[in-house]
Amino acid sequence: MKTYIDTGKKDTRSGFGAGLTELGKSNENVVALCADLTGSLKMDEFKANHPERFFQVGIAEANMIGMAAGMTIGGKIPFTGTFANFSTGRVYDQIRQSVAYSDKNVKICASHAGITLGEDGATHQILEDIGLMKMLPGMTVINTCDYNQTKAATIAIAKHEGPVYLRFGRPKVANFTPENGTFEIGKAVNLQDGSDVTIIATGHLVWEALEAAKTLNDAGISAAVINIHTIKPLDANAIIKSVKNTGCVVTAEEHNYLGGLGESVSRILAENHPAPQEFVATKDTFGESGTPEQLMDKYGLNAAAIVKAAKKVVARK
Amino acid sequence: MANIQKLEALVTQVRRDILRQVHKVNSGHPGGSLGCAEFFVALYQEIMERKDGFDMNGKGEDLFFLSNGHISPVFYSVLARSGYFPVEELSTFRLLNSRLQGHPTTHEGLPGIRMASGSLGQGISVAIGAAEAKKLNKDNHTVYALCGDGELQEGQNWEAIMYAAGNKVDNLIVSIDLNGQQIDGSTENVLPMGNIKAKFEAFGWDVVSIAKGNDMQSILDGMATAKSKSGNGKPVCVLLHTIMGNGVDFMMHTHAWHGKAPNDDQLAQGLAQNAETLGDY
Repeated sequence: MKTYIDTGKKDTRSGFGAGLTELGKSNENVVALCADLTGSLKMDEFKANHPERFFQVGIAEANMIGMAAGMTIGGKIPFTGTFANFSTGRVYDQIRQSVAYSDKNVKICASHAGITLGEDGATHQILEDIGLMKMLPGMTVINTCDYNQTKAATIAIAKHEGPVYLRFGRPKVANFTPENGTFEIGKAVNLQDGSDVTIIATGHLVWEALEAAKTLNDAGISAAVINIHTIKPLDANAIIKSVKNTGCVVTAEEHNYLGGLGESVSRILAENHPAPQEFVATKDTFGESGTPEQLMDKYGLNAAAIVKAAKKVVARK
Repeated sequence: MANIQKLEALVTQVRRDILRQVHKVNSGHPGGSLGCAEFFVALYQEIMERKDGFDMNGKGEDLFFLSNGHISPVFYSVLARSGYFPVEELSTFRLLNSRLQGHPTTHEGLPGIRMASGSLGQGISVAIGAAEAKKLNKDNHTVYALCGDGELQEGQNWEAIMYAAGNKVDNLIVSIDLNGQQIDGSTENVLPMGNIKAKFEAFGWDVVSIAKGNDMQSILDGMATAKSKSGNGKPVCVLLHTIMGNGVDFMMHTHAWHGKAPNDDQLAQGLAQNAETLGDY
């Protein structure tokens, strides 16, 4: 098995902030808009470096999305920043009409996604955003797994022409992908080879999947681990190739199992190579207050839950 | 000096285009379209500085955003007759595979359209974004937008109105089509909006009123006043008092023709009141 080293826990939102800072220096067309959450989104440095390219819109997310769409006319590359809930559900129609249908080059950057937002509770913990965004024609949907990958993705999406939803989170998590690594939109990353089960994970669940693979290996189950950072467009070939080898799959995500990564994987497999699948995801429920660790445990979103799901799906083959 | 007669001849032809577009497909929004025919002609023929051809970024020229996208028939007619696409294409309005969708969209690549609109309340925000981009690009041109009055019931407008004043977006001129009508009745009956002029002023905008929004000279004078007020630290609002259905007697002063097409007889009546001037498509 390959070994992955946690180089020190960091939050993915800081990866976004670091990427945005680099973009500010390298691309003068990059502008940033924020709805009163500059510190939470780690946009302070960009704001300090480029005050003329930073737009504080106040607590007015709908206007922020519309403004971002308008700023593309004239060649700007707007990055909007707020929590995932206010980046998607609150402004769905603005994104649908002014960004997606109008094919505008807006980067919707969403922090505090999922249940690991923690103590603020369900009003702020969106578990439906991947589904909302992947249903929009033309929208690219990315959910990064650690600081390094979030930084790389932030830089990469500026070069991609078209609307992007970039999802990341609040808590400090293992940082294990290469520093200054390349980020290829739509390309899955094979983290572990395995022959008994394929674990397909996204976001914070990728590290948990690697931990699960170690436990499974000790129990005599060989698990492949794929990091799907791009949920749309989905790397179908990587999924089919692995599942043809293993014969079953566990999908793992910090999102509702309705509308998330798991359902996208199910469709790919149903069309190409039907196989038993288990879903590590929230099961059509809202979250609640608690620490991130408590919540991931209660809602079955950690390495232990992945191990359990893997054993179950292997038995179904 | 604008040739008013020439502009009015175009207005008459635009009215015919509007009626014929909606009649053919028995759908669309003639009332608001007719009410804004003079404004669109003035905007595209006299007021805006436009470059030949169309490119999405619109650098070095004035821009226009239609927020109340349902008055697409007047937008399409004036765009076509201003050279953005062939006038004959108006015959494809709302048909399958057309670039002239029910509501305007960039999706089919129709020249002249920079943003989809139809779901209401989004245009001012978009126009602000385009205006901010112009400032960043040191492009000293103006961004225009048009909204319906009923559309101001959408909350996003007020986020945008607050932003534009607070951030001195003064290369922006937003016109409000004050025809006092919306689908379910008069704006007074559906949801009274109070004193719109006072509201804009309270938010920090300069407001210009055009009392006769269907009179070409009044529009040209009012928009010139609006332009003269721009660049002074405040966004500018133009209250354009129009008559819904203007130019077709039985469609005037009522919300009944907001989203209803004329039948064959009604079309004939409407066309008889607006004799062909520049040639039908």
